[in-house]
Amino acid sequence: MAYMHIGKDFVPPDVTGKVTGRIKYAEDYTREGMVYARLLTSPIPHARVIDIDASAALAMEGVFGILTADDVYPDGEPQSTGLKILTNEPTLVGEPILAVAAIDEKTAETAIAAISVTFERLPFVIDPLDSLAEGGPNAYNGGNTFAFREGFIEEKWTTDQVASFRAGNEPTAAAPTELAYGDLDAAFGESAYVYENTFTTAGYPHMSMEPRSAMAYWEDGKLYLHATSQSLTAFADGIAGIIGVAKEDLVFINAATGGGFGQRARAGSVPSAAIPAKLSQKINRPVMMRVTREEEFTIGGARQGFQGWIKLGFRQNGTMAAADLWIVSDNGGKGGGGDAFSATNAISIVYQADAVRLRGVSIGSNTAHRGAQRGPGENQIAAIVSPILDKAADELGIDRLEIRKINTPQNGDEGGVPQRTPFTSAYMPEALEQTAQLFDWAGRQPRRRQRNGSKVTGFGIGQGYHNAGRSGMDGIVMMGPDGRLKIHNGVGNLGTYSYASTSRAAAEALKMPWDSCDIITGRTDLHLPITSPQDGSNSIFTNTRTCWGAAQDMLTKMKEIAASDLGGAPAEYDISNERVHQIANQSVGYTYAQVARRAMELGGKYTGEAELPEDLAEWTQISVSRLAGSGFMGVYHDPAHSGNPPGFTVTACEIELDTETGKFEIIDVVTVAECGTVMHPQGLKNQMVGGVVWGIGLSALERHLYDPQNGLPASTGYWQSKVPTYLDTPARIVSGWVDLPDPENPVGARGIGEPSMGAVSAALNAAISDALGGHIFNATPVTTDMIINHIAGISEDWVPLAQNNFRG
Amino acid sequence: MVATSHDVMPDIELYQPTDEANALALANTLGADGWLVGGGQDTYGWLKDRNKSPAAMIELTQIDAWKGIKEIDDGIEIGAVTTLTEIANNPLVQSRYSLLAMAASKVASPQIRNVGTLGGNLNQDARCWYYRRGLDCYRAGGNICYADSPEGLNREHALFGASRCVAVSPSDTAPALVALDAIMVVSSQGGQRLIRAQDYFVGPDRDIIHMTVLNPGEILTAVRIPGSWANAEFYFEKVADRNVWDFALVNIAAAFKVSGGVIQDARLACGAVECTPRRLEAVENAIRGQQRSEELAGRAGEMATNGARPLNYNHFKVPLMQNLVKRAIRG
Repeated sequence: MAYMHIGKDFVPPDVTGKVTGRIKYAEDYTREGMVYARLLTSPIPHARVIDIDASAALAMEGVFGILTADDVYPDGEPQSTGLKILTNEPTLVGEPILAVAAIDEKTAETAIAAISVTFERLPFVIDPLDSLAEGGPNAYNGGNTFAFREGFIEEKWTTDQVASFRAGNEPTAAAPTELAYGDLDAAFGESAYVYENTFTTAGYPHMSMEPRSAMAYWEDGKLYLHATSQSLTAFADGIAGIIGVAKEDLVFINAATGGGFGQRARAGSVPSAAIPAKLSQKINRPVMMRVTREEEFTIGGARQGFQGWIKLGFRQNGTMAAADLWIVSDNGGKGGGGDAFSATNAISIVYQADAVRLRGVSIGSNTAHRGAQRGPGENQIAAIVSPILDKAADELGIDRLEIRKINTPQNGDEGGVPQRTPFTSAYMPEALEQTAQLFDWAGRQPRRRQRNGSKVTGFGIGQGYHNAGRSGMDGIVMMGPDGRLKIHNGVGNLGTYSYASTSRAAAEALKMPWDSCDIITGRTDLHLPITSPQDGSNSIFTNTRTCWGAAQDMLTKMKEIAASDLGGAPAEYDISNERVHQIANQSVGYTYAQVARRAMELGGKYTGEAELPEDLAEWTQISVSRLAGSGFMGVYHDPAHSGNPPGFTVTACEIELDTETGKFEIIDVVTVAECGTVMHPQGLKNQMVGGVVWGIGLSALERHLYDPQNGLPASTGYWQSKVPTYLDTPARIVSGWVDLPDPENPVGARGIGEPSMGAVSAALNAAISDALGGHIFNATPVTTDMIINHIAGISEDWVPLAQNNFRG
Repeated sequence: MVATSHDVMPDIELYQPTDEANALALANTLGADGWLVGGGQDTYGWLKDRNKSPAAMIELTQIDAWKGIKEIDDGIEIGAVTTLTEIANNPLVQSRYSLLAMAASKVASPQIRNVGTLGGNLNQDARCWYYRRGLDCYRAGGNICYADSPEGLNREHALFGASRCVAVSPSDTAPALVALDAIMVVSSQGGQRLIRAQDYFVGPDRDIIHMTVLNPGEILTAVRIPGSWANAEFYFEKVADRNVWDFALVNIAAAFKVSGGVIQDARLACGAVECTPRRLEAVENAIRGQQRSEELAGRAGEMATNGARPLNYNHFKVPLMQNLVKRAIRG
């Protein structure tokens, strides 16, 4: 289909500000009378605050006040998992206990050093398996896991059960969570090749460049909050509740965010933004709280780590018959996510196994908060499964690309555990084929495992998946007497440019030149509609639907006004060149500026004062009410879609692994997206390249390091938290896309953010195994020392299923 | 209570002398309370975390006499506050002592090398994260080593020379200078002393708090590289988790004089395996006069790790060190 905007490159309006450094992040704002807050954080992994003596600090010149958990939770702290604003019951080192406001940061820090906090030390645990063992410490007060409607409870295995699991065996304990479909026994019975082993995936911290700094002040009863988030209205909607301010009294300002990474989508993952808001309210001054890199590691969160057991069965023809998983998920110190479910779901979807089961339990450890991080679950398991799939292919005499084609999801298929949901569309076969062509998979095979001195060539191919679309949100577009289209967009600006890409759907629907459009975003007092939190790769699918819908509403109204004024039926009108006109006689019509003026004269439904869509979210209702009467309005509530809109990726890579140093070089990488119609090619390419970098981190570098002796994190900076650098990534990354439309989206688009990483991890771990003759590490990351140990025949038995103290 | 990060600079006196006499006078006056600063890359973390609390900083980078690279009668002299970038790119160093140029170019990242100095890289403190965290370990004046314990995390720690502390020398340039038989020029108001590079670094058995022989009041002002190893065959390799902006898991610096395929003389040193750069004299003796060969390289590699005592998590350093020695000798 020929589009005006869809699939075309453009320059998002914030690019200039980012290139020149003029764009403002939360930390860049200032306000007259602003003071600075610093945090006193817990030095102990699990404790109870007995007493706080801040008298000396409060007596210091330049100190304005203190905020404690008693201030923010006057009725007592929530007794559930989840991050707290401040706490008297810390469950990890670095958790904020109190904040001090002072004239500058140095004074605040000096005041903090003068505060005496008396802690009662409580037992702590770093490894969830140590907590599972009978008599083992619990990370939380009252248990080591949290059960819905039950609160904190203890989940314990016998010592023998833990030891057996650590020794590589299937867990024998009863699983609190069990999800399944199909006949596992029958499917394994049909299998010609069965692989079974334990595995680990390291949890590791988020690495957003922008820390969770925030600035807040109160004026005329309104709270103005500058903070970081990867959503805009969805985040504002949540943080209002956390702070305890009415939605209509909150102005949330967030023009740009330096990286989302999954845990800034929802306010519950950034409750620290409430600290300057509450402190400002208490001392009646604007408060800036700059969060340091080290604090970001503890106030922010981390990916869930897995300690698991996996069993996969393949028939002689290569089809995956059965997948059986037992996963202990690390919930960290503040609760976690649903990575194990997502991982199992992904196996069902990507490999179309006939029978799938997940047994699992989530156990707390006194480590960082766990939650969403790019492809939470899907990406970890992709890296674990891919080398196993290769092993099965080799055992069954099937090419490694071919076994993926044999198992590929495609149009008409369904997947998921326990409910199997049909795809809205699925073009994974096309993505596999395109990758194979771009990479010349067949042509390279003769060099597989070829040695050149100490170096060995390995190839890997991997697939990624994430659900990539939601619905049920709202859209608003406005037009004034100048005829410019104002697209009110509540999508956050986390660096993906999706706020701009999704707005293009509205321009497309009205055939509006891009330079006649304004994106209204960045702060909520510009009256923005509600969006879904921008996690789960959903923004493109979800918000092209709302932007398109709002523009369609405006288009319908344009035709109604023109027909009413100029004669004929609305259906006899069309649009072109910023005019609504009769189809039969294009000279009869209105310019957009004219029709907007007429709409404003008519009022009522044309200006948002009547006949609003039912089911608009409360947030959108507030915005619409404030916009009502100020211009020509298109407003839309998006109904639910049916089916699972998937984001799929395929990556192939070639590495050269040096058997003497354990290092490898990525020689080539090709990565292909299957995300429906492409909205913004350059934006997509950015996503794919970013996915490669992050995928390298998951596969080979990133890990958590906590000392089991005292619970201290070593991962407090980039020394021990090893994000990939330029020289760890290939100089050239080839990306491509399938570009076939999805029927559940008006412009055919689906998201791609998360799977762009998972396929890379899957391919890279497969390539490492390939270069090592098929050795499967059953772990991520696969670090230099692990490769050296394997080649040298050095046992790693001293670290069975280690995760938060990942290989020391 | 264990230490926690503050990440804000405390009040501290800053001296910025512009000539040698003033700097040496300040060093003499302030003694152990005067923290010497080059590029500051190993300084500000300590101070911001308030795990070291000196009374004053003496910034040395404004002293022109201690900057730059010049020829001397026997070799070259490099001022201690010369940046690592300048050393890596200097034609004299590249042509005669490319071993040092290679080592300097592998330190940290381009940004850090642009401000980081040779003196800073040589005098930087131990890179044990327990110590850096501010724990009360032996090196910090306490009576425990958190890394060398049944549960300690010690993947990056020492194979050799442990004596209560198991931290390693983190420098990339130090083994290169040991291999080049460099001379450290140490100045104080009392005069100057010249110290061979291999004697400049000290292990915890001799001094568990300091990593060099520098006394309070003394400043490393220059490094002299003698002509004896100019234009030798050199080999430098650093293996780290990341290819840039990382400390070595093991590094090796080697200099060979080879004639007709026979090794006439050699000097080899490994970093990140001991608290000091570990000179491999037994290997040097074993290969001197021998024809270069794969077999010789293999034997030398195994010999290099004789006496290694791996900790829980650093067994991999044994084959890694063996392989790097092998690669160096193989050429």
